[in-house]
Amino acid sequence: MTVIYLDHNATTPVLPEVFEAMRPWFVERFANPSSSHPAGVEARAAIDRARAEVAALIGARPNEIVFTGSGTEASNLAIRGAFRGGRVVISAVEHPATREPALHLQRQGAPLTVLGVDGSGAIVVPDALPSDTAVLSVMHANNETGVLQPVRALADLAHAAGAVVHADAAQSLGKVPVDVGALGVDLLTIAGHKLYAPKGVGALYVRDGVALQPVIRGAGHERGLRPGTENVAGIVGLGAACARAGADLDALSARLEGQREALWARLRDGVPGVARNGAGAVLPNTLNVRFPGVSGNALLAACPDLAASTGSACHAHGESASAVLLAMGIPEPDALGAVRLSLGRSTTDADVAEAAAMLVEAWNRLHPEVSHRSR
Amino acid sequence: MDVYLDNHSTTPCDPRVLEAMLPWFTAQPGNAASRSHKWGYAARTATEQARGQLAERLGCSPKELVFTSGATEADNLAVLGVLRANRARGNHLVTVATEHKAVLDAAKHATTEGFEVTVLAPEPDGTVDPAAVEAALTDRTVLVSVMWANNEVGTLQPIERIVEVCHARDVWVHTDAAQALSTCALDVRAVPVDLMSLSAHKAYGPKGVGALYVRRGRPRIAVEPLQYGGGHERGMRSGTLPVPLIVGFGACAALFDPSEVERVRGLRDTLRDGLLAVGGVHVNGSAHRLAGNLNVAIEGVEAEALMLGCRDIAMSSGSACTSESLEPSYVLRAMGLDRDRAASSLRFGVGRFNTEAEIAYAVEKLTAKIAELRSMAHLYE
Repeated sequence: MTVIYLDHNATTPVLPEVFEAMRPWFVERFANPSSSHPAGVEARAAIDRARAEVAALIGARPNEIVFTGSGTEASNLAIRGAFRGGRVVISAVEHPATREPALHLQRQGAPLTVLGVDGSGAIVVPDALPSDTAVLSVMHANNETGVLQPVRALADLAHAAGAVVHADAAQSLGKVPVDVGALGVDLLTIAGHKLYAPKGVGALYVRDGVALQPVIRGAGHERGLRPGTENVAGIVGLGAACARAGADLDALSARLEGQREALWARLRDGVPGVARNGAGAVLPNTLNVRFPGVSGNALLAACPDLAASTGSACHAHGESASAVLLAMGIPEPDALGAVRLSLGRSTTDADVAEAAAMLVEAWNRLHPEVSHRSR
Repeated sequence: MDVYLDNHSTTPCDPRVLEAMLPWFTAQPGNAASRSHKWGYAARTATEQARGQLAERLGCSPKELVFTSGATEADNLAVLGVLRANRARGNHLVTVATEHKAVLDAAKHATTEGFEVTVLAPEPDGTVDPAAVEAALTDRTVLVSVMWANNEVGTLQPIERIVEVCHARDVWVHTDAAQALSTCALDVRAVPVDLMSLSAHKAYGPKGVGALYVRRGRPRIAVEPLQYGGGHERGMRSGTLPVPLIVGFGACAALFDPSEVERVRGLRDTLRDGLLAVGGVHVNGSAHRLAGNLNVAIEGVEAEALMLGCRDIAMSSGSACTSESLEPSYVLRAMGLDRDRAASSLRFGVGRFNTEAEIAYAVEKLTAKIAELRSMAHLYE
């Protein structure tokens, strides 16, 4: 039986070449990079190489990269670390790793502004941001729809108000160009496991001169911003994954976009009334569709050999409609039919054809009267 | 011969641990939070099995464990998380001057948030007197944080007695057991601490993963998260679970073998006796210490000079986390050692993969180098 993994926005497999780069750092070259003996110095050098690889992918300097334990930790460090009083601004479609720290600051008394999105899924850029804005945090690409957000325009408004700008690039990095200078951001979240590096490592870009308070206290690792013995193997893996992402970004994007459109064409031909969620500039690998007359959960349950999701994996409990889709103005009954299909490096043309066939067949089984009428 | 005697700093991953982790990097990519497919289910099954292995090692329920990125985060979650979430119970923390920086810096930061912190001095052998802990408790004390075993001198603290005096006053006890996981029986039924920090990489597991044990019961120990997000780990620690690292943590916990402890202790004793035979060498700390730990002051020798002279022997002059600082160990200073003796002190950590031949080589090489350094020192007569 073919098994097809189209849930790369939830997490990606570690690339074999990335794992090979990591492998020596578990057993043979295991020293603590803070140790002064030669083995420790060697581990420190490996971290520094990885730091340069990560920096190169986003147009940063190595000393602007702080390694963390995850993208969630990086976003918490960004938002809570940059906050010194004042207003927090986010959007209605943020990942919980941004939304929840912002709500935490709101509970502690900070005014919070939540920017809405239009029907295409893009954040509506206001004429200006409130003058008391202290931190703006928005995602570069939405994890559910893949819609690319107007980060630069929002960053310019936030800087005009004197705010610090954070963008969550967990989903976009490795799929589209991400350049901190072009985006105009001060802080940028990177999540290893979304770009073929392992789970358990992330990074935060911190522009030179931006002062942050650490969330975790301890010995002075990562310039005091993130204490704790470094996850050397994971960091080496993140560096290798960033190097690989930079090497073939355009070719990979073009291939994924072609496969994504082929998947959409097959679904459109097989399921009358199917519609896409999200429009405009969208990540090349992401297809969010709503199937008429069925719930996305039921549809995926009927496709046990297909991995996809109905919302982001982090809040995949129960049968409530995606808050992202609701924020776009999609009616709840329609939103319940949504499925996110996210392609990746290992996706083949055959996978796309097979996945489409599985979904069309399952939809026909679950919703015979609609399909009957359409025949 | 390269001899690694720095197992308090970090340990190599046991090859069996790496073996257990391997499938979860590439072949099994699922996100443990994915509910809609079998890849997610497989990942969740793996993390829950590992949680069970660690729970069995500690004698607790799997539901009492929160996975973190390491012991530093676990210490912060315990100290700052418990203080912040229990302001109604009080505002006072008691800890000890020889704790790890993760606890001490979290405690220091707590003072900026309006909490009061008492930092106790240890006895000269590094031990904390339970009577001193008791005397420090006030009606406003919420938490006492004392490590199970010190990372530099290996001192095993009288945690059981400390728990008794604290529980009699309705005060919770946190212990950083990062150094203890590799060689100590850790049973929270026998020693009923309320919170315990753990780290995999000090016990032949991978770097990048740790855990906080949080006792369930009444009154419930509320813990304010350090990081917010998707609500993983029962809301206490959001972030995608690092499946391979957690699997590795479970595997290393399951590999604990009490019989290995005596072998490590034997090697450590051989190293200690060999160094004491040099003369002018003094053991720092208590006899009641970690099986693999040795910390010695060597008269007339700068620890840094000895380390530079024996670069094929990995050892340290303090904890790795503070090794970039040129100040002598704050732990030894807190135990009352003067600056010179602290600066002539070295920490050795013997571990699972050390051999008798390695220990013999280390003793021989260190003995020769000590003699050489002393002969070069004009002041040493």
